[in-house]
Amino acid sequence: MTVLVDENTRVLVQGITGHQGTVHTRQMKAFGTRVVAGVTPGKAGTEVEGVPVFDTVREAVAATQANASCIFVPAPYAKDALIEAVDAGILLSVVVTEHIPFHDMLVMYHYSRSKGGRIIGPNCPGIAAPGKAKVGIIPNVVFQPGRVGVISRSGTLTYEIVNGIKERGLGQSTCIGLGGDPVVGTSFVDALPLFQGDPETDVIVLVGEIGGTAEEDGAEYIRHHVTKPVVAYIAGRSAPPGKRMGHAGAIISRGRGTAETKLAALSAAGAKVARFPYEIPDLVAEIVARQARR
Amino acid sequence: MVKLAEWRGKELFRKYGIPLPRGQVARTPEEAEALARAGTVPLPCVVKAQVLAGGRGKGGAVRFANTPEEAKTAAAAILGLEFKGEKVREVLLEEKLPIARELYLSITLDRSLRLPIVISSAQGGMEIETVDDTAIERTPVHPFPGLASYEKRRVAHVLGVTGPVAKSLDRLLDSLWTLFNREDAELVEINPLAVVGEGLVALDAKVIIEDDAAFRHPEYADIRDDRTPLEEIAREKEIAFVQLDGNIGVIANGAGLTMATLDVLKEFGGNPGVFLDLGGTDDPKKVTEAFLLMARAKPRAVFLNIFGGVTRCDTVARGLVEAMKQVPDAERFPLVARIRGNNEKEGVEILRAAGITSIPTLKDSAQAVIAAAGGAA
Repeated sequence: MTVLVDENTRVLVQGITGHQGTVHTRQMKAFGTRVVAGVTPGKAGTEVEGVPVFDTVREAVAATQANASCIFVPAPYAKDALIEAVDAGILLSVVVTEHIPFHDMLVMYHYSRSKGGRIIGPNCPGIAAPGKAKVGIIPNVVFQPGRVGVISRSGTLTYEIVNGIKERGLGQSTCIGLGGDPVVGTSFVDALPLFQGDPETDVIVLVGEIGGTAEEDGAEYIRHHVTKPVVAYIAGRSAPPGKRMGHAGAIISRGRGTAETKLAALSAAGAKVARFPYEIPDLVAEIVARQARR
Repeated sequence: MVKLAEWRGKELFRKYGIPLPRGQVARTPEEAEALARAGTVPLPCVVKAQVLAGGRGKGGAVRFANTPEEAKTAAAAILGLEFKGEKVREVLLEEKLPIARELYLSITLDRSLRLPIVISSAQGGMEIETVDDTAIERTPVHPFPGLASYEKRRVAHVLGVTGPVAKSLDRLLDSLWTLFNREDAELVEINPLAVVGEGLVALDAKVIIEDDAAFRHPEYADIRDDRTPLEEIAREKEIAFVQLDGNIGVIANGAGLTMATLDVLKEFGGNPGVFLDLGGTDDPKKVTEAFLLMARAKPRAVFLNIFGGVTRCDTVARGLVEAMKQVPDAERFPLVARIRGNNEKEGVEILRAAGITSIPTLKDSAQAVIAAAGGAA
């Protein structure tokens, strides 16, 4: 195991018969992932991209020993799908579905955690370890195996940055797209220790966005626990402030949550800060060159 | 998010048993006068503009009336006002109560804790942002057991209420917690929450309902935010569209990439005005619609910055070429394209055949569009 997924990961796709489920099952297989089962209630006995489909997660796990789920189920049913996966003993779920109400996600997160499970997402690109496995929707073309770990709150911007790292002649150990929803199953603070402890990762790239305080929390973790070099970028430095009614949100983040506070916190924690996405590969390359000289 | 006007928030409060002053909405000065005269709203009363922005008291959008005639005058003064960009169409008339103390109470989500949080302060009535941090108590609530009695006692202690008022608070907290969950609220805020005699009364109501839960709440479908007409069309087509002052239109996919594009444009002196986030789509028609929408916003130049994942480069290219055929001559604009990622080669080729060159780097393409829009500011 590198970070959460490797060649022993056996992926189940919930919502496999839908358009997204089918397209990405094909892509995950093309990446080299062992996609062993699909679940769509009422579609048992059929096949999608050569993958057998079951009515329930329990049956799918019994027949295929699936140990990770990729969820494409539409938002109104996503909570149910996740609970079904957790109840069937699946402890890693990547929830790709967008627009899940955060009230549902609160239940999903705390239920999964109470059973020792982990959620990545929702509304996320998922996780990929080049040469090993991919659970999610990050395009295959941006990857090549290497030693740079990427943790990102963005979607497409993650692809852009991972691709930039590849074009600079470097590769990735694992890339996790955490998703940008108000409640995420795995935050920077949850993901950082995985990369710090991963013998295949030499450098960590952290891609954040304005809003919330996940990056500040991550910076605090880096300051105390991360010894590997970190390169950070925050999108939205020049975004106009959003209109927001009521002030409760503002209280929680008091003086935090802007690009400035995030960058300052990350910089103070020892991270190298990129001002633009295209500066990241160069900063990473400098670090890699320095490491090679040691 | 669906922001509810005070009177709508109070309708919800009433449904959940949260005590309110007696009051009613009026849409004309005559209606206001009649409500006061009939005693539907007891005198003396408060007349409040129904707008979403805060600071109504200081801004002249709240007035007092001792007679039906004064109620009419007050309503006439407020209705039709433009308050912080919002036109006042409704006023809420409410009885004026003998207030002993003003408290603050809200429930919202703490993203870091991944828990709902009850926020309370004994210093209500003013903007909570101006209240000292030490005077604000945050009580995280786990969704499985729900709001526990000991947590409610803690809030009572913070608010400094005892006896019958504490009892009233206990019931009110249960109601507010139930409302927060059942209505899929992002925020429920009572400020001020007034101590009146031996009970509590919610003098104001701020409720925000989460957009993503709309499938459970068809009742909010008709409530519209302060969107521009083009933003409204975009919403119907499920395209994220934000209109600001500026002359460069940006079409990108994904919030992060859109923001990063904006950062780069600003750095080189560009002035982006319209942002259109395609999101994930594999439908060329949606891309075409996005471009036609962009054309209507009349930008000086448009920057298409796509990194193909779910949204493939060839899909975007096809949609773009089709849009260029349909854009009316009067709405034509210079275009700079950058398409990378999934099916990049096919996409670049389709664009080339239509006479459009895709510039591969973000830096070069950003500078090109700024030049096309007439140079850096």
